[in-house]
Amino acid sequence: MSQQLRLARPERVREGSPWTGLWAVVGKEMADHLTSVRMRILEILVVLTAAGTVYAALQNLRETIGQDRFLFLKLFTTAREPLPAFVGFLGFLVPLIAIALAFDSVNGEFSQRTMSRVLAQPIYRDALLFGKFLAGFFTLALVLTAIWLLIIGLGIIGLGLPPGGEEVARSLWFLVTTIFYGGIWLALAMVFSVVFRQPATAALASIAIWLFFTGFWGIIASVLAQGLRPVRFGLPQEIVAQAELALMLTRLSPNALYTEATIGLLNPSIRSFGLVSPLQWQGALLGAPLPLRQSLLLIWPHLTGLIAATILLFAIGYILFQRQEIRA
Amino acid sequence: MTTPVIETHGLTKLYGDFKAVADLNLTVNEGEVFGLLGPNGSGKTTTILMLLGLTEPSSGSVRVLGFDPEREPLKVKSHVGYMPDQLGFYNDLSARENLIYIAKLNGLRRDEAYRRIDEVLARLGLQHVADHPVGTFSHGMRQRLGVAEVLLKKPRLIIMDEPTQGLDPEAAREFLEIIQGLKKDGITVLLSSHLLYQVQAVCDRVGLFRLGHMVLEGTVTELAQQVLGGAYRIEVEVANPSPDLESTLRQLPGVVDVKPAQNGRLELEATSDLRADAARLVVESGGQLLSLDIEEPSLDEIYARYFQEVEHVPAA
Repeated sequence: MSQQLRLARPERVREGSPWTGLWAVVGKEMADHLTSVRMRILEILVVLTAAGTVYAALQNLRETIGQDRFLFLKLFTTAREPLPAFVGFLGFLVPLIAIALAFDSVNGEFSQRTMSRVLAQPIYRDALLFGKFLAGFFTLALVLTAIWLLIIGLGIIGLGLPPGGEEVARSLWFLVTTIFYGGIWLALAMVFSVVFRQPATAALASIAIWLFFTGFWGIIASVLAQGLRPVRFGLPQEIVAQAELALMLTRLSPNALYTEATIGLLNPSIRSFGLVSPLQWQGALLGAPLPLRQSLLLIWPHLTGLIAATILLFAIGYILFQRQEIRA
Repeated sequence: MTTPVIETHGLTKLYGDFKAVADLNLTVNEGEVFGLLGPNGSGKTTTILMLLGLTEPSSGSVRVLGFDPEREPLKVKSHVGYMPDQLGFYNDLSARENLIYIAKLNGLRRDEAYRRIDEVLARLGLQHVADHPVGTFSHGMRQRLGVAEVLLKKPRLIIMDEPTQGLDPEAAREFLEIIQGLKKDGITVLLSSHLLYQVQAVCDRVGLFRLGHMVLEGTVTELAQQVLGGAYRIEVEVANPSPDLESTLRQLPGVVDVKPAQNGRLELEATSDLRADAARLVVESGGQLLSLDIEEPSLDEIYARYFQEVEHVPAA
């Protein structure tokens, strides 16, 4: 008997779908997110930011109504001292929301001692982790979409004009980019919530990474570029090579990717993010807006990078979680 | 013969060089209440996790209800209820909401889930607190909610890890009644504990674990025979015993040992209840029988004696 059983072992393929129970997890986690005090605080913060920056932008834009084809997009990007523009705010608010949604997602189950009970139900771990991620992602998307609608609504009232088709399309792409930018931080916080048993440690680690990319990565990138591609003879090629390397390194930061992508989407006159030689400028109409397709082409690498980073981080978290011993 | 509910062959779990469970051969039959006994760290919880497919065995095979928990964990887990030793619930949610989540994870349809939830809450006497947040529950209530949750999926096997730990005596007694109720429903129960008196009260068979090995297995009486020699201890008090009474008693079939106890009493170790025979012998030998007591074997004693003995012998 035992001999037979041992012979049967080599085929160790799991049976049953890894997605069993996925939507039950998503439903429960989303309900938790949407009713949590943490989320309410963040929502209030974001709504205040949106209202404040849009109001400030409207004050500026009223003077230029009729002169700009892309007035609505300016709502997102126009800043008025001392407030930064709405996109600037999003650049650090979105990571904060995403981290707040995920930093205790896995270790919270351990500290509440619910993990073994939930995993004793007929579901795979895959469903639990992916469900938690999706719930965070949907919550993030819901909040950001609500803000987006709020800004468009405020814009229609404030400017007295409906947005044009291309403006809506561009700002929708902006919304998608923002959601995936949040996805990175969501997945990162989730990885830390798998790695660290203390939710506070996971939150701190996520915030540390975020601070690193927000505050220090730019400096480090330029120092690295100076070290790796030093300007020895002051030749133009050397200066260009160094600047290009610095730019490449900067783009490893999700913040930089996101900022460039939003500029490309919301400012149709942007034609390139890199260095442009006078030769490449030949024949271009300075200041003329690019069509949406061209702008999308311009930010496509950025968007792909954001999505890829989200998937990569989720995969890391997934592998770590699958290998984790569930006994507390 | 029906297939056993749990069947393991040579089940082994290694954590690095440490053998958490070594070469375990365990069989639990339908309708049995089986107790896993042993000190902390002797491999009980690891065994349970392997039965549920929550930890992968290093070698050996497991069948639970005929399924392989490694390959078909979903089938195993939809028929097996598990109550972990440290039972946690979502404290902000009510008892009912906690159960709804579990019902959804089990893929129950909404109306069916609601009907079963009302049923199990009523059965465990929790209907009046069904909509209170679990954070306000006492330890005993949480424990009962744990059983309610497990019953939700109408399991064929329930595995409980230290279910009565930390309960007050009254709550523990009630909990044992709950387990006996499960047995009446024909549900097989596997429970681990180191509260021996309770295990003895509810378990049909027990397995004694030590350092990852299941060193003893059987009914409490069988264990007593193995460890204590005789399962029954009879104390005979005789007023004027004849000198050869001790050797006469020793010749009685079934008597393992006779030794003098306090106040001139004699203690008999026997493999069955020999009180009537012992009384007859005393009277026939001309003695005056004053009292005759029987002490049934207690698991406490078996446990204490076993671990005393193995202290001197290095682990296998």
